[in-house]
Amino acid sequence: MSTVEAFSVRGPAAAIDYLRCLQAERGYISDETLAEAAATLKMPVAVLDEVATFYNLIFRQPVGRRVILLCDSAVCWMMGRDALQRRIFERLGIGPGETTADGEFTLLPVVCLGACDRAPAMMVGDVLHGDLDDARLDTLLGGAA
Amino acid sequence: MARVLTKNIDRNGKVLDLAAYERAGGYEAVRAVVGKVAPEKIVDVVAESGLAGCGGGAFPTGRKWRAMPSRAERPGTRYFIVNADEMEPGTFKDRYLMEGDPHQLVEGIILSAYAVEADEAYVFVRGEYGRAIAAVTEAIAEAEAAGLLGDLRIHVHAGVGRYICGEETALLNSLEGKRAVPRAKPPLPMVSGLFGCPTVVNNVETVCNVPHIVRHGADWFRALGVGDEAGTKIFGVSGRVKRPGVYELPMGSSLRMLIEGCGGGMREGFGLRAVLPGGASTGFVGVEDLDTPMSVKGMAAAGSRLGTGNVMVLDDKTCPVGFLRNLQHFFAQESCGWCAPCRDGLPWVEQILAAIEEGEGRESDLAVLAEMPGKMGPGKTFCGLAPGAMASLETGLKMFAAEFAGHVRERACAWA
Repeated sequence: MSTVEAFSVRGPAAAIDYLRCLQAERGYISDETLAEAAATLKMPVAVLDEVATFYNLIFRQPVGRRVILLCDSAVCWMMGRDALQRRIFERLGIGPGETTADGEFTLLPVVCLGACDRAPAMMVGDVLHGDLDDARLDTLLGGAA
Repeated sequence: MARVLTKNIDRNGKVLDLAAYERAGGYEAVRAVVGKVAPEKIVDVVAESGLAGCGGGAFPTGRKWRAMPSRAERPGTRYFIVNADEMEPGTFKDRYLMEGDPHQLVEGIILSAYAVEADEAYVFVRGEYGRAIAAVTEAIAEAEAAGLLGDLRIHVHAGVGRYICGEETALLNSLEGKRAVPRAKPPLPMVSGLFGCPTVVNNVETVCNVPHIVRHGADWFRALGVGDEAGTKIFGVSGRVKRPGVYELPMGSSLRMLIEGCGGGMREGFGLRAVLPGGASTGFVGVEDLDTPMSVKGMAAAGSRLGTGNVMVLDDKTCPVGFLRNLQHFFAQESCGWCAPCRDGLPWVEQILAAIEEGEGRESDLAVLAEMPGKMGPGKTFCGLAPGAMASLETGLKMFAAEFAGHVRERACAWA
């Protein structure tokens, strides 16, 4: 059984797993991808869109190749996450919800990353980085922008 | 001091694999019990141990398990679910347990599922916890290859965000592929849970306690805590302390021991202003409460809750109005929108706090804020999200009354 068939058999219950899977391949869930997934799962497009738009990590708009998830919860806020956000803007020219012109980075705020002992923290792609300051941030962003 | 759940975890070391876990006595309980001891005996020992839910609710685990109808009463599929959707701001204990000793969790799942006669298990981990997802997935595969799972199937579900997924009935909706809005109770999940089947949902830390209780007994577990308290607790401390981190202490240890003994006290140049003892959904306690035991009873007596037991320390160089604004922004953003008081009330609170912090607050705003806990407190909303949000607001308005008044009077934030 192919992957698509396996999701099709599970139907609407597989909605989140399938969206996640498609997003991993295609970067985000376009209207076309959504319609295709709804057909596979045998559910109305609008109902699937209700699911897709509910969750923070399902992207209904294009995002950069690397998504920066900058923790915006209380401890990281206390420990200087706003300064990091300003530094990211200086380096990459993007604020929350924006993508660099070259399509490399998207910056998104994220709920507490569970790294409060290493605040402020953020993820770049799948990798968590803690104890951040401007210097460490510059190293992480490397030669970008 | 006895470390139970973290004794095998080396902060800088590798994830404990199956061989290392077994060398430390791991899976002895599974081998001694599964198929040999009646499931209800396991339920009994967990009930007698006094183990209570470690995700913030502190509901007695044995009572939760006993609320599940027996297999004879309800044949068919039964689910055991681990809530690893750790998103409570200030909380980072489950990450530590899953990344450091994933087999401990898997052994807990095997024993718990056996106790409640579940044939399918899910671990619902938030999607951002990539390392934890990999560690738990690998541990399940190792345990399965070693024949330790028997007929039990354990699935790992990576979540796709939203704090409300940690509410157990919302978690069930999310596992069913739906929007994570909470369900009406009753029926409780134990009676009608995932896909309408009997389901138990337990937090990671709760489940990790089970192998130790089964192995050493209820009396041993009860003796671990301070005084009447049972077991140990994975506490955490963060903010401007010298050694932020995860610390396992006897349940009922004092807040002072955690912040000063483990956390090393405040960093040079910072004073302790107030503490949120168990995540964003608990109320503030002050310097005068530092000798309070970190337990359900102790924190209730201090006017707060134990919550997740992961402490956020607010220092004297941070604006308390700004801190509250951050907390309320979180709750407003993460409200699922299902019930009106939460959906409309929380953004209102956030907007007022923003105005006050930015010097645009009015005297009347403080009165409006003071009314909010009565409108969004326990019993006024569909689930516990808004009442949790009101805990810090209600206590914060009282504790920081002078700072609130100062912002309104001076039309500016003195910390900006």
